[in-house]
Amino acid sequence: MVTEKDIWGYLEDVFDPEVPVLTVVDLGIVQKVSVENSRVHITITPTYSGCPAMQRIEDDIIEKLKEECDLEVKVDLVLSPAWTTDWISEEGKQKLREYGIAPPEDEADKSVLFAEQTIVPCPKCNCKDTKMISQFGSTACKAHYQCNVCLEPFDYFKCLR
Amino acid sequence: MNSLFEYVLRLGDDSLIVGHRLSEWCGHGPILEEDIAMTNLSLDFVGQATALYEYASEVEGKGRSADDLAFLRFDREYKNLILLEQPNGDFGMTMMRQFLFDAYRKPLFERLINSTDATISAIAAKSLKETKYHLKHSSEWIIRLGDGTEESHNRVQESLDTLWRYTSELFFEDDVDQELTLSGVIPSMEGIKEEWSAYVNKVLDLATLTIPTNNWEYEGGRLGMHSEHLGYILAELQYMQRAYPGMEW
Repeated sequence: MVTEKDIWGYLEDVFDPEVPVLTVVDLGIVQKVSVENSRVHITITPTYSGCPAMQRIEDDIIEKLKEECDLEVKVDLVLSPAWTTDWISEEGKQKLREYGIAPPEDEADKSVLFAEQTIVPCPKCNCKDTKMISQFGSTACKAHYQCNVCLEPFDYFKCLR
Repeated sequence: MNSLFEYVLRLGDDSLIVGHRLSEWCGHGPILEEDIAMTNLSLDFVGQATALYEYASEVEGKGRSADDLAFLRFDREYKNLILLEQPNGDFGMTMMRQFLFDAYRKPLFERLINSTDATISAIAAKSLKETKYHLKHSSEWIIRLGDGTEESHNRVQESLDTLWRYTSELFFEDDVDQELTLSGVIPSMEGIKEEWSAYVNKVLDLATLTIPTNNWEYEGGRLGMHSEHLGYILAELQYMQRAYPGMEW
């Protein structure tokens, strides 16, 4: 008998195709898992409206569960409640840092225009003297930064609240 | 007329058309970072359009899919703002178009979160988070270009002079809006217009730019009456579906 807990465990092996150190569980995009009469129903939510990885993530979840158990799997995409970077687990944030991506610090509104820029510590040397190169980075969820001390260019996982 | 369908279509068309315009910058940005930024913005808008068209399709209930709505309507059936179909021009022109639009979208989505319609509320909540970043980006560029060199100042001032005439349409209201305002699905434009004006004035002031005094206004997009530019956008946007009906990849 496969339990919901088992399913959550299997999902720990499904990775985000664009940030491959994070699992879908670390990322906090799995909203609900339910098992009923040999059917699994999973609800996921997109990080950004146009995130091109969602279809792939859905396929990967289905493929993984097919490997692990003989159940019918249904994955639904819901918009509400809207995903926030607060749902990234502490473990996920640590994995991001180790991978060279600075985890989310503070939201766009807090640094609107003329106020102080959000301080994003460098994931390599941990120094706080960094600068934003561009608000939009290699994927919709990241901005591009550079460390002023070790000069390392790095991705910053933008705060979304 | 189904007012809810009409309204969702207006929101969806705004997202699709501005998303398409931004995608035209792909590979042509003035610097790599901005090339990436504009395609990121485009992705957000096309994603919003997808959610909105899916809902419009459900509300209409006539079997037209989200793709049918995006690709298989004629120009008069698109209800986007005329502002958004204006050509990209130089980078300053694109940022000005974006700034005038983002400054309207943010207060709009902030209010649509309280919509009595659960799907509109969910899409607004999702999109608002992205819109905050869009507005910060376009505002900073307007200030940097306006308060920059003589050349950048003059060019972005010219963009403002060109695009200002399309801004009154942002606050267009007709029977569709009135019906939905009464039932609490959408907010009144009143507060949105004030917030937009205050914010736009503040940024333009910092950018040392002057709002043109010529108050000639263009409207009609919400009713399907467009400038000549929309036809050219659709010719490109719809080409594949028109040439190879039903194709997928």
